[in-house]
Order: sequence, then C-alpha cells, then structure tokens
Amino acid sequence: MDAATFLIQCLNSLQYGLLLFLVASGLTLIFGIMGVINLAHGSFYMIGAYMAYALAPVVAATAGGGFFTTLAVGFVLSIALGYVLEWAFFAFLYEREHLQQVLMTYGLILVFEELRSLIVGDDVHGVKAPPLLAGTIPLGDVMTYPVYRLFISGVCLLLALAMWFVFARTRLGMTIRAGATNREMVQSLGVDIKFLYRVVFAAGVAIAVLAGMVAAPVSSVYPGMGQSVLIICFVVVVIGGIGSIKGALLAALLIGVVDTFGKVLLPQAAGVLVYVLMAVILLWKPEGLFRAG
Amino acid sequence: MRDGAVLEASDRGKLAFLALAFGALALYPLVGGSFGIGLATKIMIYAIFALSLELLVGGTGLVCFGHAAFFGIGAYATVLLSPGYDPAELAWLLPACVGAAALYALAVGALSLRTRGVYFIMVTLAFAQMAYYVVHDTPLGGGTDGIYLNARPVLGLVPGGFELRGGLTLYWFTFGALVLVFAFLAVLLRSRFGRALAGIRVNEQRMRATGFATYPYKLAAFTISGAIAGLAGFLFAVKDGFVNPELLSWHLSGAVLIMIILGGIGHLRGALIGAFAYVLLQEFFKSEAIFGEFSRHWLLGMGFTIIASVALLPHGIVGIGRQLAERRARAARGGGKESADEPA
Repeated sequence: MDAATFLIQCLNSLQYGLLLFLVASGLTLIFGIMGVINLAHGSFYMIGAYMAYALAPVVAATAGGGFFTTLAVGFVLSIALGYVLEWAFFAFLYEREHLQQVLMTYGLILVFEELRSLIVGDDVHGVKAPPLLAGTIPLGDVMTYPVYRLFISGVCLLLALAMWFVFARTRLGMTIRAGATNREMVQSLGVDIKFLYRVVFAAGVAIAVLAGMVAAPVSSVYPGMGQSVLIICFVVVVIGGIGSIKGALLAALLIGVVDTFGKVLLPQAAGVLVYVLMAVILLWKPEGLFRAG
Repeated sequence: MRDGAVLEASDRGKLAFLALAFGALALYPLVGGSFGIGLATKIMIYAIFALSLELLVGGTGLVCFGHAAFFGIGAYATVLLSPGYDPAELAWLLPACVGAAALYALAVGALSLRTRGVYFIMVTLAFAQMAYYVVHDTPLGGGTDGIYLNARPVLGLVPGGFELRGGLTLYWFTFGALVLVFAFLAVLLRSRFGRALAGIRVNEQRMRATGFATYPYKLAAFTISGAIAGLAGFLFAVKDGFVNPELLSWHLSGAVLIMIILGGIGHLRGALIGAFAYVLLQEFFKSEAIFGEFSRHWLLGMGFTIIASVALLPHGIVGIGRQLAERRARAARGGGKESADEPA
C-alpha cells in the first residue's frame, strides 16, 4: 500500500466513522436520556436516504431548489416526523421494560420498511452529488479523492460540534442532562419534561435522517440499508459506553478504521472484524470505553 | 413451599390448558392434511425454540437478542455433519448438532455474561451477527444461497429404526421433542437450580449475598438454552432439507423474542401460545386468499400487530385474564386511573 492509497483509506475511514457517529449519537442520546432502546433508529437513516432520492424532484419542481434546499426540507420534515412519532409510539414506552421497547421498535422497523416498499418500491437507486461538490482533488500522480466525501466529513464534524455545544454549553442542554439524571425533580422545578423529551427525540431522528440524506450519493439507496447501519451503530454504542456521546465518537472512528482497512487488507473476514473488535473491548471493559455518568 | 398434594385453582387451570393443548396436537394428524401437518410441525419447532429462550428471559431475566445463532448453528451442523449423499445416523447426528449449539452458547455466554442489562442484549446480538457473517461470507456455509440436506438422517442403531422423513414421522418426532423439552424445563424451573435462576432474575445482588456464585448458574442456563435452540434448529433443517444464513439473522432472533413476549413472559405455556399465535398471524397476513396482491406486504400487518400488542397487552396473551380482572377491580373501586392522577 503506497502513501496515496493509505491516505485515501484514512480519509474513507474518517468519513465512514463520522457518518456512523451521527447515526449512533442519536441512538445513544435517546437511550442515555430517555432510557429507550430504539431499534427503529436505523430506519430513520433509511428514510433520510430515500428522502434524498424521492424529495429532490419534488423540491426542484416546487421551490426550484437543488441539493441543499432538499436537505433543508428533509431536515424540517424529519423533525416533524420525530415529534409525531414520539407522541404516538414512544411517550408511553418510558415506563415499560426494555424488552417491550425492543418489541415495539422492532414492530416499527417492519412498518417503516413495508411503507417504504409501498411508496417508493424495492429498487436500488443512485443519488447524484450536487454539481458544486462533484469534483475531485488530485492526490499524488494518479489518485484522486472526491470532494463530496470531504463534504460529508465536514457536515458530520459540524453537527458533532453543534451537539457538543448545545449539551455542554447551553441552558437547554443543562436541563436535558438534569432530566436524564432525575426526571421528577426537573419536572417539579417547572420544566415541561415531556416537551423536552419530545424535542430531544425529534433532534435524534433529524440527525439520523440528515445522515441518511448526506450519505445517499455515496452509499446509494437500497432496501434494508437502515438495518445494516443499525446493527453497526449498536456496536458503536456498546463499545463507546451506552449514553456517552464522547464514547460514541471514539468508537465510531475506531470502527471506521477497522472496517475500511479490514475490507482492503482482509476482505474475507471484513464482516466479522468489527464484532471481534467489540468482543475484545468488552472483555477488557464490560461497560464500554466511557461509561455515561 | 406449597403442599404438593393440593393443587391450587390456577395450577389446575394450567394443567387443563396443557392437557388440552398437547391432546389437540396428538390428535391433529387424524384431521390435518399434509399442509396442516407441515404447518403444525413448523409451529412446534418454533415452540421448542421459544421455550429455550423463555428459560433465559422468563426464567433467568437475561434478554438474549441473538438466539437465532444457536438455532442456525444447530441447523447448519445438521447439514454439514451429514455425509454427502448418504443419510447420517440420527443417534449421533442429533447429539452432535445439539452439542455444537451448546458449545457455541458456552463460549458466547462465558463472554457476554460479563455484561448486564442493555449491554447484554446488544452483545448477544453482536455475537449472533458474527456467526451470521461466518456462514454468510466464508465458503463453509455456502454463502447467501445456503446448502441442501441431500439425505434425511436415519435411526439405524436400534431395531425398528426409521428415516426421519418430512410428514408424519417428523411430526411425531417433533411432538415428542416438544413434550420432552416442556417437561424438562418445567422440572428444571421447579428444581433448586431453577429457583436459583429465579432468584437471580429478581435480585442478583441478594443472591450473591446469600452465597450463590451467580455466574456459573447463568452460564449453565445460557448453555442449556443454546442446546435446546440447537435442537430446534436441527428439526428445522430436517424439515426443510435446506439451510441458509437467514436462520442466523437478527430477524429470527427478534421473531422468537416476539413469540415469547406475545405469549407472555414468565410462563412456559406463554412460549407455546406465542409460537402458535406468531406463525398463524404470519400465515394470515401472507394469505393471498384474504389480502390478494397486498399479501406481498404482510410484514406491514405483522408490524402493526406487534405494536398493538405492546400497547394493549403488556402481559401477553397469557396475561389477558389477569388484565381484565384488574380492570374490573379498578372499575369496581369507582374512579379510573385518570382521576387518581388529578392533583387535588
């Protein structure tokens, strides 16, 4: 492996890892704050990717906008979707056992997948990167790297920073963290905790949808894409420590590296490598790298 | 301790239900056609599979979300250990398949039981995915296409041996296995070992404080559960004569969890009822006679049914009676839940 190939694989690892982080952060947030295991989280990623495919013509026809307008429209729609879903399916789950949460969200996956099949069909689709970002950057003499992949990494980093800022530096973030520690106490201090949870849930959904939309031009859009992402994100969340955003970031980057280089160096074992990594880490630290406080 | 000679009313109800259920299964071949026999065999295989998970979830309080791995390994072992085109000897093939699943369960359990709660759910899922990718990606498992079982196993060691063919022979064999597994688990859960598991489920810390090393108990339960799941996998491979990686997929792990939750956790008969209800629901939504073209989207109906059952039946089908009784009691006290929550 020469230097340029190595650099490309490193960039790919980074981009994949950051994308995983975006999806996994919503999963770990919803678990850490509301205590809900949301198996349907991968479906939001899938919905995002299909939005990027199906919304683009609609947005172009009505608003005349391109890729970025589609992103904005999708983001707004996904917040609304998250808000409604929380109200309809999740609000009563908080007091139930984990087992029932698993069951309910498993049911939601089936519903989302079949609705997707009814509305847009079961074909594989490609999504074009916007012309502004369609170029490539030369690396060395023969290699090039697509600008769009750098754009994905940039978007993910920006969102990660924004998330950190909201949680660590704002009053809203403080209230949310307090709510995760002691729900009743925060409620009795006059905070509308139900509304707050609904907002956090909607934000988690919106981030996963956004990740799906941004990833669509690279990964293409296909049935079942949400489920493969979901399982990997579980691994990320478990390695990082459930509920820990910092852990999710580190674990996602680690898995990005292991998976990307695994596919290059050990193609036969690539599928298993990630799980071996998880087993090893859990043997060493049974509660993940960072345990949420 | 209850007095063994006097059965409580609820015990009598349980026994009556079981006698009825197993009696109906024993008499079913008199009326069922070949399709019905096949369907009933499938239900019984899933019931064995669900019972194995119930030992973990309902008996020990360990939620395993990767149980399909043991099922799939039992099934794959059946095909891989059968010699090419000749039938294998049932007397060693069956123990070998069950043993393979048990061995994998021992390894997975030894590692994943170091974690607890949600971590355990996710770790068992990840180990199942690992097994899935091994059969999916390596030449061993024949990839996505799966492998065919060319000859059904034959019991030749004892006089009066038979070939474990599809149809009635397999039906009776599966029925026998189901009764044995049910009886075994019922006895196991009532034994000292089972009581220790129940103690771990309710309060593991207190069990440790009373001097039980809980880890070996949990590991033993996990291994037994994996072995029984392997038995179900063996039967499934013999029934279909074919295995593919989907037998290890997390969809199946989810489906078997749904069976026991649908039936009602904490009761062995819940696993029976759940397997029955799940397969029949699936057949219902898949039926072209009822839904026509739309039967292609049968998962939509399953999804909504699952969601509705979580929302409306928190104690499963077994718990419907209790739920109704509680509601009646609440109504009798006058004033529903809403008024109780109103601030004064």
